[in-house]
Amino acid sequence: MALSCVLEPALSGFNFENSTRNNVLENGSEEGKIKAPKPMKTGTTIAGVVYKDGVVLGADTRATSDEVVADKMCAKIHYIAPNIYCCGAGTAADTEKTTDMLSSNLTIFSLNSGRNPRVVMAVNILQDMLFRYRGMIGANLILGGVDCTGSHLYTVGPYGSMDKVPYLAMGSGNLAAMGILEDRFKVNMDLEEAKALVSDAIHAGIMSDLGSGNNIDLCVITKEGVDYIRPHRESPYNYKRQAKYKYKPGTTPVLSKTVTQLELELVHETVQKMETGSS
Amino acid sequence: METHHSHSQVKGVSTGTTILAVKFNGGVIIGSDSRASMGESYVSSKTINKLIQVHDRIFCCIAGSLADAQAVTKMAKFQLSFHSIQMESPPLVKAAASIMKELCYSNKEDLQAGFITAGWDRKKGPQIYVVSLGGMLLSQPFTIGGSGSTYIYGYVDAKFKPNMSLEEATQFSTNALALAMGRDNVSGGVVHLVVITEAGVKHIVVPGDKLPKFHDE
Repeated sequence: MALSCVLEPALSGFNFENSTRNNVLENGSEEGKIKAPKPMKTGTTIAGVVYKDGVVLGADTRATSDEVVADKMCAKIHYIAPNIYCCGAGTAADTEKTTDMLSSNLTIFSLNSGRNPRVVMAVNILQDMLFRYRGMIGANLILGGVDCTGSHLYTVGPYGSMDKVPYLAMGSGNLAAMGILEDRFKVNMDLEEAKALVSDAIHAGIMSDLGSGNNIDLCVITKEGVDYIRPHRESPYNYKRQAKYKYKPGTTPVLSKTVTQLELELVHETVQKMETGSS
Repeated sequence: METHHSHSQVKGVSTGTTILAVKFNGGVIIGSDSRASMGESYVSSKTINKLIQVHDRIFCCIAGSLADAQAVTKMAKFQLSFHSIQMESPPLVKAAASIMKELCYSNKEDLQAGFITAGWDRKKGPQIYVVSLGGMLLSQPFTIGGSGSTYIYGYVDAKFKPNMSLEEATQFSTNALALAMGRDNVSGGVVHLVVITEAGVKHIVVPGDKLPKFHDE
Protein backbone atom coordinates (compact mmCIF):
# COMPACT_ATOMS: atom_id res chain seq x y z
CA MET A 1 0.00 0.00 0.00
CA ALA A 2 1.82 3.11 -1.16
CA LEU A 3 1.67 5.90 1.37
CA SER A 4 0.82 9.29 -0.05
CA CYS A 5 3.06 11.92 1.48
CA VAL A 6 3.00 15.67 1.90
CA LEU A 7 5.27 17.81 -0.26
CA GLU A 8 7.74 16.05 -2.50
CA PRO A 9 8.22 12.27 -2.38
CA ALA A 10 11.54 10.97 -1.13
CA LEU A 11 14.07 11.66 -3.88
CA SER A 12 17.14 9.51 -3.96
CA GLY A 13 20.32 11.15 -2.73
CA PHE A 14 20.54 14.59 -1.19
CA ASN A 15 19.56 17.97 -2.53
CA PHE A 16 22.37 20.44 -2.10
CA GLU A 17 21.06 23.04 -4.55
CA ASN A 18 21.41 25.81 -2.01
CA SER A 19 24.97 25.08 -1.01
CA THR A 20 26.42 26.56 -4.25
CA ARG A 21 24.33 29.65 -3.70
CA ASN A 22 25.48 29.89 -0.07
CA ASN A 23 29.07 29.47 -1.20
CA VAL A 24 28.77 32.36 -3.67
CA LEU A 25 27.15 34.56 -1.04
CA GLU A 26 29.81 33.88 1.55
CA ASN A 27 32.93 33.89 -0.60
CA GLY A 28 31.82 36.19 -3.43
CA SER A 29 33.71 39.38 -4.13
CA GLU A 30 36.07 40.87 -1.59
CA GLU A 31 33.65 43.60 -0.50
CA GLY A 32 30.56 41.54 -1.05
CA LYS A 33 31.14 38.90 1.64
CA ILE A 34 27.88 38.23 3.42
CA LYS A 35 28.02 36.31 6.66
CA ALA A 36 25.35 33.61 6.89
CA PRO A 37 22.88 34.39 9.69
CA LYS A 38 23.14 32.12 12.72
CA PRO A 39 20.08 29.88 12.97
CA MET A 40 17.89 30.26 16.01
CA LYS A 41 18.52 27.37 18.37
CA THR A 42 16.32 26.14 21.10
CA GLY A 43 19.15 25.74 23.64
CA THR A 44 16.70 23.82 25.68
CA THR A 45 15.62 21.45 28.34
CA ILE A 46 12.98 18.91 27.38
CA ALA A 47 11.96 15.81 29.28
CA GLY A 48 9.45 13.00 29.13
CA VAL A 49 8.26 10.33 31.52
CA VAL A 50 5.97 7.31 31.17
CA TYR A 51 3.62 6.97 34.14
CA LYS A 52 0.77 4.69 35.14
CA ASP A 53 -1.90 6.02 32.76
CA GLY A 54 0.14 7.61 29.97
CA VAL A 55 2.97 9.98 29.19
CA VAL A 56 4.01 13.37 30.60
CA LEU A 57 6.13 15.64 28.39
CA GLY A 58 7.75 18.85 29.60
CA ALA A 59 9.76 21.70 28.11
CA ASP A 60 11.10 25.15 28.93
CA THR A 61 10.07 28.10 26.75
CA ARG A 62 13.28 29.95 25.88
CA ALA A 63 14.63 30.22 22.33
CA THR A 64 18.10 31.76 21.98
CA SER A 65 20.01 33.30 19.09
CA ASP A 66 23.60 33.27 20.36
CA GLU A 67 23.44 35.30 23.59
CA VAL A 68 20.07 36.96 23.02
CA VAL A 69 16.80 35.40 24.08
CA ALA A 70 14.88 35.47 20.81
CA ASP A 71 11.59 34.12 22.14
CA LYS A 72 10.47 34.02 25.77
CA MET A 73 7.31 31.98 25.17
CA CYS A 74 8.45 29.53 22.55
CA ALA A 75 6.25 26.42 22.27
CA LYS A 76 8.52 23.41 22.16
CA ILE A 77 5.89 20.72 22.59
CA HIS A 78 4.54 20.17 19.09
CA TYR A 79 1.30 18.52 18.05
CA ILE A 80 1.76 15.43 15.93
CA ALA A 81 -1.56 13.62 16.23
CA PRO A 82 -4.47 13.79 18.70
CA ASN A 83 -2.70 11.17 20.78
CA ILE A 84 0.94 11.95 19.99
CA TYR A 85 3.02 14.99 20.94
CA CYS A 86 6.69 15.73 20.35
CA CYS A 87 9.24 17.88 22.22
CA GLY A 88 12.01 19.28 20.05
CA ALA A 89 15.54 20.44 20.88
CA GLY A 90 18.17 21.71 18.45
CA THR A 91 17.62 24.19 15.62
CA ALA A 92 14.20 25.77 16.10
CA ALA A 93 13.29 25.84 12.40
CA ASP A 94 14.28 22.21 11.93
CA THR A 95 12.20 20.92 14.83
CA GLU A 96 9.19 23.02 13.75
CA LYS A 97 9.24 21.90 10.14
CA THR A 98 10.07 18.28 10.84
CA THR A 99 7.23 17.92 13.32
CA ASP A 100 4.88 19.79 10.97
CA MET A 101 5.65 17.42 8.10
CA LEU A 102 5.32 14.43 10.35
CA SER A 103 1.95 15.64 11.58
CA SER A 104 0.71 16.20 8.00
CA ASN A 105 1.89 12.77 6.88
CA LEU A 106 0.19 11.07 9.80
CA THR A 107 -3.07 12.92 9.14
CA ILE A 108 -3.02 11.79 5.51
CA PHE A 109 -2.34 8.25 6.65
CA SER A 110 -5.24 8.40 9.11
CA LEU A 111 -7.61 9.62 6.43
CA ASN A 112 -6.43 7.04 3.91
CA SER A 113 -6.48 4.02 6.17
CA GLY A 114 -9.18 4.97 8.66
CA ARG A 115 -6.86 4.04 11.55
CA ASN A 116 -5.40 6.10 14.35
CA PRO A 117 -1.63 6.47 13.98
CA ARG A 118 0.65 4.60 16.34
CA VAL A 119 3.61 6.23 18.08
CA VAL A 120 5.97 3.69 16.56
CA MET A 121 4.84 4.74 13.08
CA ALA A 122 5.67 8.37 13.83
CA VAL A 123 9.09 7.25 15.04
CA ASN A 124 9.73 5.25 11.88
CA ILE A 125 8.81 8.14 9.58
CA LEU A 126 11.04 10.52 11.59
CA GLN A 127 13.91 8.07 11.61
CA ASP A 128 13.73 7.57 7.85
CA MET A 129 13.67 11.29 7.17
CA LEU A 130 16.45 12.29 9.55
CA PHE A 131 18.71 9.45 8.39
CA ARG A 132 18.21 10.51 4.79
CA TYR A 133 19.51 13.99 5.67
CA ARG A 134 22.59 12.62 7.45
CA GLY A 135 22.44 14.89 10.50
CA MET A 136 21.99 18.09 8.48
CA ILE A 137 18.59 18.52 10.11
CA GLY A 138 19.47 19.48 13.67
CA ALA A 139 16.48 17.98 15.44
CA ASN A 140 16.70 16.08 18.74
CA LEU A 141 13.18 14.90 19.45
CA ILE A 142 11.33 13.22 22.29
CA LEU A 143 8.10 11.64 21.05
CA GLY A 144 5.44 10.54 23.46
CA GLY A 145 1.96 9.21 22.98
CA VAL A 146 -0.73 6.73 23.88
CA ASP A 147 -2.17 4.38 21.27
CA CYS A 148 -3.96 1.04 21.17
CA THR A 149 -0.74 -0.75 22.15
CA GLY A 150 -0.10 1.34 25.27
CA SER A 151 1.91 4.39 26.37
CA HIS A 152 5.25 4.95 24.66
CA LEU A 153 8.16 7.36 24.88
CA TYR A 154 10.79 7.42 22.13
CA THR A 155 13.81 9.56 21.35
CA VAL A 156 15.06 10.24 17.82
CA GLY A 157 18.50 11.78 17.24
CA PRO A 158 19.55 14.06 14.37
CA TYR A 159 21.42 11.26 12.59
CA GLY A 160 18.40 8.99 12.66
CA SER A 161 19.06 6.83 15.72
CA MET A 162 16.13 5.95 17.92
CA ASP A 163 15.61 4.46 21.37
CA LYS A 164 12.54 3.46 23.37
CA VAL A 165 12.80 4.62 26.96
CA PRO A 166 10.71 5.01 30.13
CA TYR A 167 12.14 8.49 30.90
CA LEU A 168 14.45 10.86 29.11
CA ALA A 169 15.77 14.40 28.94
CA MET A 170 17.28 16.16 25.91
CA GLY A 171 18.71 19.52 24.96
CA SER A 172 21.53 21.59 26.43
CA GLY A 173 20.06 21.34 29.92
CA ASN A 174 19.64 17.57 29.74
CA LEU A 175 22.44 16.66 32.13
CA ALA A 176 20.86 18.55 35.01
CA ALA A 177 17.39 17.23 34.16
CA MET A 178 18.64 13.65 33.86
CA GLY A 179 20.02 13.90 37.36
CA ILE A 180 16.56 14.62 38.75
CA LEU A 181 14.93 11.93 36.60
CA GLU A 182 17.48 9.27 37.52
CA ASP A 183 16.99 10.03 41.19
CA ARG A 184 13.20 10.06 41.42
CA PHE A 185 11.84 8.03 38.53
CA LYS A 186 9.75 5.01 39.51
CA VAL A 187 7.73 2.69 37.34
CA ASN A 188 3.93 3.27 37.40
CA MET A 189 3.92 6.64 39.16
CA ASP A 190 0.61 8.44 39.51
CA LEU A 191 -0.22 11.66 37.69
CA GLU A 192 0.72 14.25 40.31
CA GLU A 193 4.04 12.56 41.04
CA ALA A 194 4.87 12.34 37.34
CA LYS A 195 3.99 16.00 36.71
CA ALA A 196 6.07 17.11 39.70
CA LEU A 197 9.01 15.00 38.51
CA VAL A 198 9.01 16.39 34.96
CA SER A 199 8.46 19.92 36.20
CA ASP A 200 11.38 19.63 38.64
CA ALA A 201 13.60 18.12 35.96
CA ILE A 202 12.93 21.03 33.60
CA HIS A 203 13.41 23.44 36.48
CA ALA A 204 16.84 21.93 37.17
CA GLY A 205 17.70 22.43 33.50
CA ILE A 206 16.52 26.03 33.63
CA MET A 207 18.59 26.77 36.73
CA SER A 208 21.78 25.13 35.49
CA ASP A 209 21.77 25.96 31.79
CA LEU A 210 22.03 29.37 30.16
CA GLY A 211 20.17 28.26 27.07
CA SER A 212 17.04 27.22 28.99
CA GLY A 213 14.74 29.46 30.93
CA ASN A 214 11.45 31.27 31.39
CA ASN A 215 8.35 29.14 31.85
CA ILE A 216 7.73 25.41 32.01
CA ASP A 217 5.15 23.81 29.71
CA LEU A 218 3.69 20.39 30.43
CA CYS A 219 1.70 18.04 28.24
CA VAL A 220 -0.11 15.06 29.74
CA ILE A 221 -1.26 12.41 27.27
CA THR A 222 -3.61 9.62 28.32
CA LYS A 223 -6.03 7.27 26.60
CA GLU A 224 -8.83 9.72 27.37
CA GLY A 225 -7.14 12.75 25.86
CA VAL A 226 -4.48 15.40 26.13
CA ASP A 227 -3.98 18.10 28.76
CA TYR A 228 -1.65 20.78 27.38
CA ILE A 229 -0.71 22.97 30.33
CA ARG A 230 0.93 26.11 29.03
CA PRO A 231 2.40 27.44 31.24
CA HIS A 232 2.54 24.95 34.09
CA ARG A 233 4.98 27.01 36.09
CA GLU A 234 5.75 30.65 35.33
CA SER A 235 9.11 32.25 35.72
CA PRO A 236 9.26 34.27 38.97
CA TYR A 237 11.08 37.09 37.17
CA ASN A 238 8.65 39.83 36.27
CA TYR A 239 9.11 41.62 33.00
CA LYS A 240 7.19 44.78 33.96
CA ARG A 241 8.70 47.77 32.22
CA GLN A 242 9.94 50.47 34.58
CA ALA A 243 9.09 53.47 32.36
CA LYS A 244 7.30 54.40 29.16
CA TYR A 245 9.57 53.97 26.13
CA LYS A 246 7.31 55.60 23.56
CA TYR A 247 8.57 58.92 22.16
CA LYS A 248 6.14 61.77 21.57
CA PRO A 249 5.94 63.18 18.04
CA GLY A 250 8.26 66.20 17.92
CA THR A 251 10.99 64.64 20.11
CA THR A 252 13.35 64.52 17.12
CA PRO A 253 13.89 68.00 15.54
CA VAL A 254 13.36 68.17 11.76
CA LEU A 255 16.26 70.08 10.14
CA SER A 256 15.13 70.21 6.49
CA LYS A 257 12.45 68.77 4.21
CA THR A 258 12.55 67.97 0.45
CA VAL A 259 9.59 66.67 -1.59
CA THR A 260 10.28 64.80 -4.84
CA GLN A 261 7.34 64.07 -7.13
CA LEU A 262 7.54 60.61 -8.71
CA GLU A 263 6.88 60.61 -12.48
CA LEU A 264 4.04 58.13 -12.94
CA GLU A 265 2.66 57.39 -16.39
CA LEU A 266 -0.80 55.84 -16.69
CA VAL A 267 -0.23 52.98 -19.13
CA HIS A 268 -3.44 50.99 -19.01
CA GLU A 269 -6.76 51.16 -17.19
CA THR A 270 -9.36 48.40 -16.96
CA VAL A 271 -12.64 48.47 -15.10
CA GLN A 272 -14.13 45.15 -14.08
CA LYS A 273 -17.67 45.15 -12.78
CA MET A 274 -18.12 42.87 -9.76
CA GLU A 275 -21.19 40.69 -9.57
CA THR A 276 -22.75 41.54 -6.24
CA GLY A 277 -25.65 39.19 -5.62
CA SER A 278 -28.66 40.71 -3.95
CA SER A 279 -28.64 39.87 -0.29
CA MET B 1 24.08 17.62 21.01
CA GLU B 2 27.40 19.28 20.25
CA THR B 3 28.40 19.46 23.91
CA HIS B 4 29.19 15.78 23.98
CA HIS B 5 31.15 15.54 20.73
CA SER B 6 34.86 15.03 21.21
CA HIS B 7 37.16 13.33 18.74
CA SER B 8 34.87 10.42 18.05
CA GLN B 9 34.92 9.40 14.41
CA VAL B 10 31.32 8.25 14.62
CA LYS B 11 28.84 11.08 14.31
CA GLY B 12 25.95 11.06 16.73
CA VAL B 13 25.13 8.12 18.97
CA SER B 14 27.61 5.26 18.70
CA THR B 15 27.31 1.76 20.03
CA GLY B 16 30.94 1.57 21.20
CA THR B 17 30.28 -1.97 22.13
CA THR B 18 31.02 -5.61 22.65
CA ILE B 19 29.11 -8.14 20.58
CA LEU B 20 29.62 -11.82 20.06
CA ALA B 21 28.08 -14.94 18.59
CA VAL B 22 28.85 -18.58 19.38
CA LYS B 23 27.70 -21.80 17.72
CA PHE B 24 26.86 -24.64 20.07
CA ASN B 25 25.36 -28.08 19.74
CA GLY B 26 21.94 -27.46 18.19
CA GLY B 27 21.90 -23.70 17.96
CA VAL B 28 23.63 -20.38 18.21
CA ILE B 29 23.94 -17.78 20.97
CA ILE B 30 24.21 -14.14 20.03
CA GLY B 31 25.03 -11.58 22.72
CA SER B 32 25.85 -7.95 23.41
CA ASP B 33 26.23 -5.32 26.11
CA SER B 34 23.69 -2.50 26.36
CA ARG B 35 25.58 0.78 26.34
CA ALA B 36 25.30 3.56 23.75
CA SER B 37 27.75 6.44 23.93
CA MET B 38 28.26 9.88 22.41
CA GLY B 39 31.90 10.88 22.20
CA GLU B 40 34.08 9.12 24.77
CA SER B 41 32.49 10.48 27.89
CA TYR B 42 28.71 10.44 27.76
CA VAL B 43 26.53 7.37 28.02
CA SER B 44 23.42 8.27 26.09
CA SER B 45 21.65 5.02 26.88
CA LYS B 46 22.24 2.25 29.41
CA THR B 47 19.62 -0.05 27.94
CA ILE B 48 19.95 0.13 24.20
CA ASN B 49 18.86 -2.93 22.21
CA LYS B 50 21.64 -4.11 19.92
CA LEU B 51 20.13 -7.52 19.12
CA ILE B 52 17.72 -6.90 16.28
CA GLN B 53 15.44 -9.63 15.01
CA VAL B 54 15.41 -9.59 11.22
CA HIS B 55 13.37 -12.78 10.87
CA ASP B 56 11.85 -15.55 12.99
CA ARG B 57 15.12 -17.41 13.52
CA ILE B 58 17.65 -14.79 12.42
CA PHE B 59 19.14 -12.04 14.60
CA CYS B 60 21.63 -9.30 13.91
CA CYS B 61 23.84 -7.55 16.41
CA ILE B 62 25.05 -4.07 15.61
CA ALA B 63 28.23 -2.10 16.23
CA GLY B 64 29.27 1.38 15.14
CA SER B 65 26.97 4.31 14.44
CA LEU B 66 23.55 3.59 15.90
CA ALA B 67 21.70 5.57 13.24
CA ASP B 68 23.45 3.78 10.36
CA ALA B 69 23.01 0.36 11.96
CA GLN B 70 19.31 0.89 12.63
CA ALA B 71 18.73 2.12 9.09
CA VAL B 72 20.55 -0.86 7.55
CA THR B 73 18.76 -3.44 9.70
CA LYS B 74 15.38 -1.88 8.91
CA MET B 75 16.12 -2.12 5.20
CA ALA B 76 17.44 -5.66 5.58
CA LYS B 77 14.34 -6.71 7.54
CA PHE B 78 12.11 -5.41 4.79
CA GLN B 79 14.10 -7.02 1.98
CA LEU B 80 14.38 -10.33 3.84
CA SER B 81 10.67 -10.43 4.54
CA PHE B 82 9.91 -9.73 0.89
CA HIS B 83 12.39 -12.41 -0.22
CA SER B 84 10.84 -14.90 2.17
CA ILE B 85 7.34 -14.20 0.82
CA GLN B 86 8.52 -14.63 -2.77
CA MET B 87 10.30 -17.92 -1.98
CA GLU B 88 7.39 -19.08 0.18
CA SER B 89 9.79 -20.41 2.79
CA PRO B 90 11.83 -19.09 5.71
CA PRO B 91 15.01 -17.36 4.51
CA LEU B 92 18.50 -18.81 4.90
CA VAL B 93 20.85 -17.12 7.38
CA LYS B 94 23.22 -16.68 4.47
CA ALA B 95 20.55 -14.70 2.61
CA ALA B 96 20.15 -12.33 5.55
CA ALA B 97 23.91 -11.87 5.81
CA SER B 98 24.16 -11.29 2.07
CA ILE B 99 21.55 -8.55 2.18
CA MET B 100 23.46 -6.78 4.96
CA LYS B 101 26.69 -7.18 3.01
CA GLU B 102 25.17 -5.68 -0.16
CA LEU B 103 23.95 -2.67 1.78
CA CYS B 104 27.26 -2.17 3.60
CA TYR B 105 29.43 -2.67 0.51
CA SER B 106 27.41 -0.49 -1.86
CA ASN B 107 27.26 2.38 0.63
CA LYS B 108 30.63 1.95 2.23
CA GLU B 109 31.52 5.68 1.99
CA ASP B 110 28.43 6.76 3.86
CA LEU B 111 27.96 4.02 6.45
CA GLN B 112 29.87 3.31 9.64
CA ALA B 113 28.36 0.13 11.00
CA GLY B 114 29.38 -3.52 11.34
CA PHE B 115 27.14 -6.52 12.03
CA ILE B 116 27.13 -10.10 13.23
CA THR B 117 24.27 -12.10 11.70
CA ALA B 118 23.41 -15.39 13.36
CA GLY B 119 20.53 -17.79 13.23
CA TRP B 120 19.18 -21.16 12.37
CA ASP B 121 17.81 -22.47 9.08
CA ARG B 122 16.69 -25.83 7.76
CA LYS B 123 19.48 -26.19 5.21
CA LYS B 124 22.65 -25.74 7.28
CA GLY B 125 21.43 -25.49 10.86
CA PRO B 126 23.04 -22.91 13.15
CA GLN B 127 25.32 -20.40 11.39
CA ILE B 128 27.21 -17.20 12.16
CA TYR B 129 28.23 -14.58 9.60
CA VAL B 130 30.27 -11.45 10.10
CA VAL B 131 29.66 -8.36 7.94
CA SER B 132 32.44 -5.89 8.64
CA LEU B 133 32.59 -2.11 8.08
CA GLY B 134 33.56 -2.23 4.41
CA GLY B 135 31.21 -5.04 3.48
CA MET B 136 33.29 -8.20 3.89
CA LEU B 137 31.24 -11.34 4.54
CA LEU B 138 32.75 -14.24 6.49
CA SER B 139 31.33 -17.36 8.08
CA GLN B 140 32.81 -18.43 11.43
CA PRO B 141 32.03 -20.86 14.26
CA PHE B 142 32.29 -18.04 16.80
CA THR B 143 33.03 -14.37 16.46
CA ILE B 144 33.43 -11.19 18.52
CA GLY B 145 33.10 -7.58 17.48
CA GLY B 146 32.95 -3.99 18.63
CA SER B 147 35.45 -1.87 20.53
CA GLY B 148 35.41 -4.16 23.57
CA SER B 149 36.27 -7.24 21.57
CA THR B 150 39.98 -6.39 21.50
CA TYR B 151 40.17 -7.19 25.23
CA ILE B 152 38.78 -10.70 24.91
CA TYR B 153 40.44 -12.18 21.82
CA GLY B 154 42.78 -14.15 24.06
CA TYR B 155 39.94 -15.42 26.23
CA VAL B 156 37.69 -16.59 23.39
CA ASP B 157 40.55 -18.15 21.42
CA ALA B 158 41.62 -20.14 24.47
CA LYS B 159 38.19 -21.10 25.82
CA PHE B 160 36.12 -21.88 22.74
CA LYS B 161 35.36 -25.54 22.06
CA PRO B 162 33.29 -26.76 19.09
CA ASN B 163 30.01 -28.53 19.93
CA MET B 164 29.55 -27.11 23.42
CA SER B 165 26.31 -27.69 25.29
CA LEU B 166 23.84 -24.85 25.84
CA GLU B 167 24.98 -24.30 29.45
CA GLU B 168 28.67 -24.23 28.49
CA ALA B 169 28.01 -21.86 25.62
CA THR B 170 25.92 -19.55 27.82
CA GLN B 171 28.67 -19.45 30.44
CA PHE B 172 31.30 -18.83 27.76
CA SER B 173 29.34 -15.90 26.30
CA THR B 174 28.52 -14.34 29.66
CA ASN B 175 32.13 -14.56 30.81
CA ALA B 176 33.46 -13.09 27.57
CA LEU B 177 31.04 -10.14 27.66
CA ALA B 178 31.68 -9.52 31.36
CA LEU B 179 35.44 -9.44 30.80
CA ALA B 180 35.11 -7.03 27.89
CA MET B 181 32.67 -4.77 29.75
CA GLY B 182 35.07 -4.73 32.68
CA ARG B 183 37.92 -3.33 30.61
CA ASP B 184 36.24 -1.27 27.87
CA ASN B 185 34.76 2.05 28.98
CA VAL B 186 32.27 2.29 26.13
CA SER B 187 30.80 -1.16 26.82
CA GLY B 188 28.62 -1.76 29.83
CA GLY B 189 25.13 -2.00 31.24
CA VAL B 190 23.49 -5.41 31.12
CA VAL B 191 24.26 -8.48 29.07
CA HIS B 192 21.67 -9.45 26.47
CA LEU B 193 21.79 -12.99 25.15
CA VAL B 194 19.54 -14.58 22.56
CA VAL B 195 19.56 -18.35 22.12
CA ILE B 196 18.35 -19.45 18.66
CA THR B 197 17.54 -23.10 17.98
CA GLU B 198 15.21 -25.01 15.72
CA ALA B 199 12.58 -24.90 18.46
CA GLY B 200 12.59 -21.15 18.84
CA VAL B 201 14.17 -18.05 20.29
CA LYS B 202 14.92 -17.37 23.97
CA HIS B 203 16.01 -14.00 25.34
CA ILE B 204 18.22 -13.97 28.47
CA VAL B 205 19.12 -10.76 30.31
CA VAL B 206 21.91 -10.77 32.90
CA PRO B 207 21.85 -7.55 34.95
CA GLY B 208 25.14 -5.86 35.80
CA ASP B 209 25.25 -6.99 39.40
CA LYS B 210 24.68 -10.66 38.49
CA LEU B 211 27.60 -10.79 36.08
CA PRO B 212 30.58 -13.02 36.94
CA LYS B 213 33.29 -11.07 38.74
CA PHE B 214 36.95 -11.30 37.83
CA HIS B 215 39.11 -9.77 40.58
CA ASP B 216 36.74 -6.83 40.74
CA GLU B 217 37.09 -5.92 44.40
